[in-house]
Amino acid sequence: MVVKAKRILAVASGGGHWVQLLRLRPAFEGHDVAYVTVQASYRVSVPHQRFYAVTDATRWSRLALLKMVIQVGWIVVRERPDVVISTGAAPGVVALRMGKWIGARTVWLDSIANVEQMSMSGRRVRGFCDLWLTQWEHLAEDGGPLFRGGVI
Amino acid sequence: MIFVTVGSQMPFDRLIAAMDTWAAEQLGVIEVFAQVGCTKYKPRSMAFAESISPAEFADKVHGSSVMVAHAGMGSVLTALEVGRPLVIMPRRGDLLETRNDHQIATAKWLADRSGIYVAMSEGDLPQALSRAMLSGAENREISPNASPQLVGALRLFLTNDQDWASGHQNQF
Repeated sequence: MVVKAKRILAVASGGGHWVQLLRLRPAFEGHDVAYVTVQASYRVSVPHQRFYAVTDATRWSRLALLKMVIQVGWIVVRERPDVVISTGAAPGVVALRMGKWIGARTVWLDSIANVEQMSMSGRRVRGFCDLWLTQWEHLAEDGGPLFRGGVI
Repeated sequence: MIFVTVGSQMPFDRLIAAMDTWAAEQLGVIEVFAQVGCTKYKPRSMAFAESISPAEFADKVHGSSVMVAHAGMGSVLTALEVGRPLVIMPRRGDLLETRNDHQIATAKWLADRSGIYVAMSEGDLPQALSRAMLSGAENREISPNASPQLVGALRLFLTNDQDWASGHQNQF
């Protein structure tokens, strides 16, 4: 069976979120992936792929947050992804919501660091997430989040 | 060389001060390099930089015999991928070292993993460092990829949009 390549938008903020996203790359093989993160220096990790760096916004800076929302929105419109996937945090929430608006299917993989409960971002995306995943079996529930393995 | 890193987000003075104290006792014996962030504490007994590029970071990890880090997954996964023994000390939410106590939970679940040595506080650091420096064969590199189960589930989701439309999330 020939499977049509999908356009994927893969989104993660810095540090562990980004490192976990990179570990998902074998799942993207054969598809067309664009990466979004918050550090321009991360470009070297994904050579020959489309790459965008947006403002690193925390929930304490409204101006930075607004800038990030506009940047992510522009990327989503330009990329027209079939699937948006994120390992967190804030830029992923925005990308999933906007992705849903343009008809993309969406995946949230909560960070493996969230051992005791889903992250605040992870709980926030529930309503516009098609595949809502935790990396901890003990946090999985019938109505989601689901457990389908982890990044290690 | 011992490579100390606090990640790119916030400083972690408690770890840096404790490592500086330890480094003072090892002067001339063991070289220590620390990536310290925008810290108030300036190390006296170890070389340091506020931040380093991903390329320099990779060089330091590869050039180290032991890594010391906060309990952040970026640092943890990097050390495991390169197969370096890793000492971690979690940031505490109540000291505003991070936004909550998730690093304490991370440190607890990683404590049983071979190649990882947990210091819950500064007092545990010297012993954790000794154990890490004496470790050997257990420090094998892990795969750079997510588990086959997760990769498989994501591949299925990516390609299977017809079935998806019928709304059976649980089959993925």
